[in-house]
Amino acid sequence: MVWGVLQFPGSCDERDALHACELAGGEARLIWHEERDLGGIDAVVVPGGFSYGDYLRAGAIARFSPAMEAVAEFAGRGGPVLGICNGFQVLCEADLLPGALLVNENLRFVCRQVDLIAAFSGSEGGKSCDRPDEALSIPAKHGEGRYWAPDEMLDAIEANGQVAFRYAPGQNPNGSARDIAGVRNEAGNVLGLMPHPEHAVDAMTGSTDGLRVFDAVAGARA
Amino acid sequence: MGAVRARVLIRPKEGILDPQGKAVERALPALGFEGVGHVRVGRLVELEADDPAQLPALCEKLLANPLIEDFEIESIDGA
Repeated sequence: MVWGVLQFPGSCDERDALHACELAGGEARLIWHEERDLGGIDAVVVPGGFSYGDYLRAGAIARFSPAMEAVAEFAGRGGPVLGICNGFQVLCEADLLPGALLVNENLRFVCRQVDLIAAFSGSEGGKSCDRPDEALSIPAKHGEGRYWAPDEMLDAIEANGQVAFRYAPGQNPNGSARDIAGVRNEAGNVLGLMPHPEHAVDAMTGSTDGLRVFDAVAGARA
Repeated sequence: MGAVRARVLIRPKEGILDPQGKAVERALPALGFEGVGHVRVGRLVELEADDPAQLPALCEKLLANPLIEDFEIESIDGA
């Protein structure tokens, strides 16, 4: 298993993502934003940070990078893609995931551990996360993480089982619609979430629940 | 024919909570400005385009996110 972790100017969580991929099993390498070649890559992580300074809107510029064009093709072929935080914003901007991320309701940057209820409904890609009764403890840190989509779209993604993670009751840190913390695409191979599973892979820092998210992505391999 | 100067006004769609607008709204009474409501904060982009016909597409693709934002294009010097 070979993981590719994108790196844009302004990314800041790509090293932790590499580390998490390695702990989840397999090799991992960085993919610079100007690279187009994803040959030999089995799964892609679009990491957190502030790609291209988040100019214009978070994720708006990164979407047009050569590496993201390659990721869109990769995702179109069914390749597993995980977007974390800024990576989630990039995937939404790229229309690989439904919805958008807006400024937090209270305008404050959030940095805290949150409990996530994994809500994968299918078996594909949901291998290690399909435990609605058991929360994952994962840190969230963002200023623009309020998930939003029109009501019809929210109804549709709920009906399709595309809501992958919700904040546990009372823990929604940003005003996200219907407590949504992460979503999948219709095919189930593209997953994005605001909290940071790559920061929850070592018991020394409080939680290893993040590894289950990486395991689930590895399990979505075609 | 030279480039056309244009101004693109981008604002959050009606019905989407705009916390920046709310924060501005809440700050005004403290400064003695009463009776100001429905504040919405958007973005203004000025540009020069050789072919103004491209502007709507350019706005939809990059300057605005049509899911969450509306935009208006106006020519600056009526050229």
